[in-house]
Amino acid sequence: MTAEVKYRSGIEAPERIWWKKVHKTERVWVWIAFGWSMVLFAMMPLWHFRGGQNPSGIRHTVEPAAYQARVAEFIQQYQVGTDNGFPVVAPPPGSDVYLQSSMWAWLPVLQLQAGSEYVLHLSSIDVNHGFSLYPLNINFQVVPGYDYGLRVTPSETGEFHIICNEFCGVGHHLMVGKIIVVDGASGAGTEGAGGEDAGGDQ
Amino acid sequence: MSAFRTCPSTGLKVHGQADALIKANAVAATVALLVGGVAAILVLLTRWQAVHLLEATMFYRMLTVHGMNMLIFFIIFFEMAVLYFASAVLLNARVPAPKTGWVAFALMVVGTLMVEWTMWTGRADVLFTSYVPLRAHPLFYLGVIFFAVGALTVVGHFFAILVVAKREMTYDGSVPLVTYGALTAAIIAAVTLLHGAIIYIPTFLWSLDMMGLDPQVYRMVWWGLGHSSQQINVAAMVSIWYLLAALTVGGVVLNEKVSRSAFVLYILFISMASAHHLLVDPGMGPSWKVWNTSYFMYMAVMASMLHGFTVPAGIELGLRLRGATQGLFGWLTRAPWGDPGFSSLVFSLVVFGFVGGITGVTFGTEQINIIAHNTLRIPGHFHATVVSGTAMAFMGITYYVIPLIFRREIAFYPIAKIQPYVFAIGMLIFSMSMTFAGSFGVPRRHWDTTFTGAPFRPEFSPAVDLVVGVMGVGGLIAIVGGAMYILVTVWSVFFGKRMAPDDSGLGAVGRGLPPGITHPPRALEPADAERLEDRGWLGPVPGTMILVLIFLAAFITYYFVNWKLLSFLWRVG
Repeated sequence: MTAEVKYRSGIEAPERIWWKKVHKTERVWVWIAFGWSMVLFAMMPLWHFRGGQNPSGIRHTVEPAAYQARVAEFIQQYQVGTDNGFPVVAPPPGSDVYLQSSMWAWLPVLQLQAGSEYVLHLSSIDVNHGFSLYPLNINFQVVPGYDYGLRVTPSETGEFHIICNEFCGVGHHLMVGKIIVVDGASGAGTEGAGGEDAGGDQ
Repeated sequence: MSAFRTCPSTGLKVHGQADALIKANAVAATVALLVGGVAAILVLLTRWQAVHLLEATMFYRMLTVHGMNMLIFFIIFFEMAVLYFASAVLLNARVPAPKTGWVAFALMVVGTLMVEWTMWTGRADVLFTSYVPLRAHPLFYLGVIFFAVGALTVVGHFFAILVVAKREMTYDGSVPLVTYGALTAAIIAAVTLLHGAIIYIPTFLWSLDMMGLDPQVYRMVWWGLGHSSQQINVAAMVSIWYLLAALTVGGVVLNEKVSRSAFVLYILFISMASAHHLLVDPGMGPSWKVWNTSYFMYMAVMASMLHGFTVPAGIELGLRLRGATQGLFGWLTRAPWGDPGFSSLVFSLVVFGFVGGITGVTFGTEQINIIAHNTLRIPGHFHATVVSGTAMAFMGITYYVIPLIFRREIAFYPIAKIQPYVFAIGMLIFSMSMTFAGSFGVPRRHWDTTFTGAPFRPEFSPAVDLVVGVMGVGGLIAIVGGAMYILVTVWSVFFGKRMAPDDSGLGAVGRGLPPGITHPPRALEPADAERLEDRGWLGPVPGTMILVLIFLAAFITYYFVNWKLLSFLWRVG
């Protein structure tokens, strides 16, 4: 009798040869699912050519001590003031910008110009950290020993915060940094937020 | 060898050692669930910023406890029980090496206790992922190694049971689909646990200062364990969908070829699914990321979409064949919604697909990950997959395992009947509001999102406070649902009314037994198939076809909305 029953449940053993023709309805869904999977795949390479947001970056390994020294040099070169005890640094448009993460601070505060491209380097000198730019919600992983150089073009002015979003110990929630974006036309480093802060804190 | 009993409900021959090993692993899983659940309450009441219960150190400690107990101990112990069930019980087979089974169980228990000790005594405040160079006590890593070796032994034992069953011809034809699905889970488990060994042994040595370890390499290999273990969950969960469909409504398999091929796709295309945790990492380039996210084809996603069709279609067809033929959705209104096994199955399927699946594939896209990585969107996603999906399915099958394997009636049956509803609704509210909060950039794994004491203090919009409050309420409802589950199962197993060996419960009314046992779906007859209507391309399952097209529309919409949101950001590359 069982041989005549067309359908079985998933806990009954089927005949030895279960490779049988698929019903039209099921075949339709298989092809829809396959087609959609192809779209999902194609979007990623496509966005590398057509889209403006990719996590590619310029990637190198770096000794934490060497990175720390590079950040110190960068701060010395372009510091324009301080903000809440943190150096404010205004690098020229198109330059390499170095941001250091450590338990539990982002160093330095950056002042960038809207509309200009920078190479923003991220690295850590101790454990993993997470770069999360608020309120834009741009997120990157920061790994010790690796220099992640991202070409970024700030497109709006204002104050942005960097939240650490990778657990890095008990002071994780204290780790907040800042990026100030000023109007490109007014010139960097000479006015705007950096100048005010320099006066206020010194 | 005479240690077999015949199940009065199913007629299957069950080996006494299989019974015992299933019970031991299921009880261990429930204990882990209880511990992880207590931690869940504390974590939730701290993340709910208006309550903010714990201090920072204790919060991260409880978050570690929650992650390890839920994602490793609860789920893998339960999966060990599933493996014994799907092999020895479904195939009428003996357990060939019971001593090995108990040694493996003991290893897993010892490993668990080592990890628990380091966590509770503050020697492993490194969270579930324990990213190097955060450092835990060496026994934390050694405990995980013990646990993984024990689990790997059970996987080997499962393969041995299949070989013995085949050689001793305990079944006719091919293994049932549920066993086949469990087999794919076991193969993925072997790959996963090997990754576990590859990463935890060096990390153990590193914790003893015996070798160096690269943080990026750690992240890559660790996720070979961390994400692949979620694929064991998926394969086990889908197997349980087929199992619950069979037990509750006599769900059928439309086509063995399609369902089995979909399981094979899991093995081939999610073998090392660590890539989408590293999409915004500095160690890998775009081609590595694109290739390893999708293996060019997204075939594992396709596999889930196939099961997402074949399981409801099997339910629809099973009901239609038994006379529920009215209209497009008459089978749904005739379904046994009061059966906790059936309601769990439906919630597991729907929330896993609509919330967990869609968000997971979207966030796991190379570029979209920029607006999702390490925000609350990620735990929002995986609470919809691994909790509302896998844990919900495991809860559903428990209501059958208690009478069929533990031979006890379900205590407080009215509570058991509504438990899936409470848990599913709570988890749905919780995971959706978590996902929503994450899209504002609220970070995951964060003690204080008001940033008290920080040099700069970003302020989230008032909408975020509201959403986080809703998340808190949803989480509490889910915790009530989880507590109901633990109360029912623990009480049933230890104090539930015993069932006599020949008691099938057939036709019983008012006893603590699900309808799939008291009024099981009748056996199909050849004439049933003739009653089916074939509606053109909608075929014999028009209701399911409409439902999956709604699913596809939701998927496409969410996916492209996220691309649009991404395109508003600063240029970055």
